[in-house]
Amino acid sequence: MMLIPCPFCGHRNESEFAYGGPVKPDRPDPHAASDEDWVDWLTTVPNPLGPVEERWWHVKGCGTWLTIWRDTRTHCVVEGSGDAG
Amino acid sequence: MQNYSIVSLLRHAINGHATWAPAWRSPPLRESYDVVVIGAGGHGLATAYYLAKEFGITDVAVLERGWLGGGNVARNTVTVRSNYMRDASIPFYVKSVALYEGLSDELNFNLMHSKRTMIDVVQTFPKMRELRRRQLTMDIYGSTYERISTEEVRRRIPALTGGGPGARLPVIGGMVHTDAGVNRHDAVAWAYARGADARGVELHQQTPVTKLLRGGDGAVKGVETPRGIVRARKVAVAVSGHTTTLTETVGLRLPLRTMNLTAFVSEPVKPLVDVVVNCPDSGFYFSQSDKGEMVIGGAPDMGQSFRRDVKQHVFEDTVTAMLSLFPSFKKLKLLRQWGGHVDITPDASPIMDETDVPGLFVTAGWWGGYKAIPAGGLTLAHLIAKGEPHPLMAPFTLNRFRHLDYVMESGTTTAR
Repeated sequence: MMLIPCPFCGHRNESEFAYGGPVKPDRPDPHAASDEDWVDWLTTVPNPLGPVEERWWHVKGCGTWLTIWRDTRTHCVVEGSGDAG
Repeated sequence: MQNYSIVSLLRHAINGHATWAPAWRSPPLRESYDVVVIGAGGHGLATAYYLAKEFGITDVAVLERGWLGGGNVARNTVTVRSNYMRDASIPFYVKSVALYEGLSDELNFNLMHSKRTMIDVVQTFPKMRELRRRQLTMDIYGSTYERISTEEVRRRIPALTGGGPGARLPVIGGMVHTDAGVNRHDAVAWAYARGADARGVELHQQTPVTKLLRGGDGAVKGVETPRGIVRARKVAVAVSGHTTTLTETVGLRLPLRTMNLTAFVSEPVKPLVDVVVNCPDSGFYFSQSDKGEMVIGGAPDMGQSFRRDVKQHVFEDTVTAMLSLFPSFKKLKLLRQWGGHVDITPDASPIMDETDVPGLFVTAGWWGGYKAIPAGGLTLAHLIAKGEPHPLMAPFTLNRFRHLDYVMESGTTTAR
């Protein structure tokens, strides 16, 4: 069972959360960015064998969005930033 | 290649089966080959086999980190079907299903292929509309799909006793895909390995590739392994979830995320269900193996994962969904559970292409890649040998992402 640290509710079961995807850089302005950078932002995310930074939504709990670093090899949360909002 | 037949079986039985030749050789690893295939799984072995058989390229080494056929070709649920959504996908899978049906004869190896039909148990109208839409496209390409009534679904799957009128999601009908079947995954890996070996391909197990190597001209020049450097001007990466791990060693980023998909097997019981049952609205599917076990697949885990195991809540969700439609399965004990890591593209269709690194080919993004093994191997071998894509694989390029020309697929497990 994977426990995700919520800044308001503490460590809660993963089944209370919805997955929000890996953290991406800020969305570039498609008119200003090169085609290559724009397509890269749309299609490609880090896929590390190790810690990945990702967003989760405590949808069946307090409703906050949070960011954690999770190791893709072990599912251990290696860093819970706990930044609410 | 030693022929397998009733005659050879009887002949070796007289000798107490002590005289069978190994199914493939274990030659020493050389320093250089024409083609190196990374990964002795379904796609890697099939690619090597078709390179030798169809295109006469026999100076090929298949390098495998663990043991032959021990990756995702051993971790799937052996369902072979072609009920996909897109014009790009359906002919590819129709070809693959057709190749599977002739493979036991071609490879002289009993794959125990059982063309037993798949029935989708539909519980929502949006899903029924989606499957009916698939049927219209499938009709064009000769893949079978037909709607049946709820009564007919229950007649053909007697164990389906849940999902009645009082249920939260009552069964509203079904779709029948008679092309679908199951077969034996080990036999597929071993048969391709034996066929490739007989044509001169070398299989090297316990040979992990740690790094891809580029020459001064930017093209691929070989791979690094703990057993030494192996040079090749053409390298094919067929490693499923670890594709990006390898391609990043030459600075190549690919639009792939690695995820974990799980399956479970029950204790063996007497014959109960003679088709592959897919319940897309509830998020599970299963078939009964020849041994009598229920082979059950569910939904992927949330988030990227290389862990290859089962999360408790994914397991519980799948079992809960299954029991709502098949309450009698409550007494079944589950014997085994496992995960496999698969990489997925933004549009859920595969990538088979030469990359920006000349000579470096990838076959990746397979989500349900077991059914695609014969066609995937044949078309990738075509690309490697001829330098141009086989018509069936032409839509599955890397360039489609560059042009945002997606092949959005709904026929895969994840799209449920």
